Amino acid sequence: MSQIEEVSIEKFKHLVSERALTGETMLLNMGPQHPSTHGVLRLLLELDGEIIVNCIPDIGYLHTGIEKNMEAKTYQKAEVMTDRLDYMNTIGNNLAYVIAVEKLVDLDVPARAQGLRVILTELQRIASHLVWLGTSGLDLAAMSMFLYCFREREQILDIFELVSGQRMMTTYFRPGGVWRDVPVEFEKAVRDFIRIFPKRIDEYESLLTKNPLFIDRMVAIGCLSKEVALQYGVTGPALRASGVDWDLRKVRPYSGYEQYDFNVPTRTEGDAYARYLVRIDELRESLKIVEQALNKLPLGPVRSENRKFVPPPRSEIGVSMESLIHHFKLWTEGFPAPKASIYSAVESPRGELGLMLEGDGGPKPLRVHLRTPSFDNLAVLPQIVKGHLVADLVAILSSIDIVLGDIDR
Amino acid sequence: MDKKLEPIVKAVQDKFGATYEEFRDEVHFFVKPDQIVEALTILRDEFHFELLSALTATDYWPQTAPRFHVIYQLTSLVNNLSVQIRVPLNGSSSSIPTATRVYAVANWRERELLDMFGIEFDGHPDPRRILSPEDMEGHPLRKDFPLGYEEPQFTFNFDEIDLRKPYAKE
Repeated sequence: MSQIEEVSIEKFKHLVSERALTGETMLLNMGPQHPSTHGVLRLLLELDGEIIVNCIPDIGYLHTGIEKNMEAKTYQKAEVMTDRLDYMNTIGNNLAYVIAVEKLVDLDVPARAQGLRVILTELQRIASHLVWLGTSGLDLAAMSMFLYCFREREQILDIFELVSGQRMMTTYFRPGGVWRDVPVEFEKAVRDFIRIFPKRIDEYESLLTKNPLFIDRMVAIGCLSKEVALQYGVTGPALRASGVDWDLRKVRPYSGYEQYDFNVPTRTEGDAYARYLVRIDELRESLKIVEQALNKLPLGPVRSENRKFVPPPRSEIGVSMESLIHHFKLWTEGFPAPKASIYSAVESPRGELGLMLEGDGGPKPLRVHLRTPSFDNLAVLPQIVKGHLVADLVAILSSIDIVLGDIDR
Repeated sequence: MDKKLEPIVKAVQDKFGATYEEFRDEVHFFVKPDQIVEALTILRDEFHFELLSALTATDYWPQTAPRFHVIYQLTSLVNNLSVQIRVPLNGSSSSIPTATRVYAVANWRERELLDMFGIEFDGHPDPRRILSPEDMEGHPLRKDFPLGYEEPQFTFNFDEIDLRKPYAKE
């Protein structure tokens, strides 16, 4: 086996304080195999007793080269890579990708497909926030939260399985619409969820929101000011908890979000507790959107009729020569996109999920860049943990809600 | 183009002699590498582009002049606007001043570009690789870097692969 390299202080000299060099403060590795780092994140901590003097995140353990892989695939095939990006928000990543492709090639999407996209994306947002709520409860030793949250998440994953056959990596959205129409059981399953979920949110709140132990651990911990948040490109609930009213669903509506009535919860404190409250409120708002979208869901086609980009339905292939040709061309060659670049962004549960997509005139993208929210949200961590205890670091890390698949790509 | 963008486009054109392109209502400026810090500062302070949404690059290999575009995507929360600045870089001298002093978010994003494209940022406070291991050779997102099919090492085949790969030994 290969030798283990000895790490010398020389490499980190410019990142730690002078006191670490004399041995006055201690350097401690937290992770990459640490349950509260929510994945494979290594934090190099410089500690004075139990107080954090410096924190140096080390990322890249989960780097899988998703951007490079997407550049080697046609536009349709590259979509499956986006599922693997932020594995708590698979449907939201699909949405970001299909919207970017549709913008690049200028493709229309039928109203029913847009409605379905909104319903599923908001359900995914709820599922993602539930995982956050469960695991951050777990980090603060509130074990039962995890069990309750996963019970409801299971119900959402069942809905995904119903519509796409997959629980997590659905790839249900396609450029120009969705894969196929939802089955008849879909409406009942979603209505069931809408009926029970408000009571469940109250249940979660009764366990945490006014719990004195929880408040002690969360209030005035990891304060993030508005100015620092913007400097570090923090977006999503973490930015809204610092008093910036910025939600892409509201300010730059996509996929028909302008039709729905919902609020953007904001707080001004900027601490871990404010981030918790913002996400809890977002659960309720997302549920409102799901209900409205389901009530308004129009009938009609779920895929664009533009055969240059969207494959024809199976039934047409047997009777129409032209359909057969389209089908063959689309699945062997793919469709060409113009030699131009676009940037489009959607609001993922963690913040602004942007895609810079550059075509070269052929069927494969020249460059795909994924602007993932967790990457920038983690970059601010060293600034907000200084002066806190190691135990508070765990609370702060869970309150900014990172997903390592989203960071390392 | 959005009406609100017109004065900004005009100001940047006058100040830097920048050209711009428009596609699907997005405006892309082209500025020279030595102007980028000033351009970002002006856009942040005078036109309220508080957020550097994305900082990335594109490799146009085998074209060498310019080989890269470094891309800055800026967002204004106050006016709800976006602009993109592109800085063409030649393959032989791919270095550009760092934007860390204008936007702190550029720190990690520039480390990512150093890692993935080998673009040097002059004056960067912490120029280390961010995602790949320190001892890695090459820059994966460059177009001349092959999309690898490397055989994974397990305990049962480690020695066999180890013989073929000199760099895996230490």
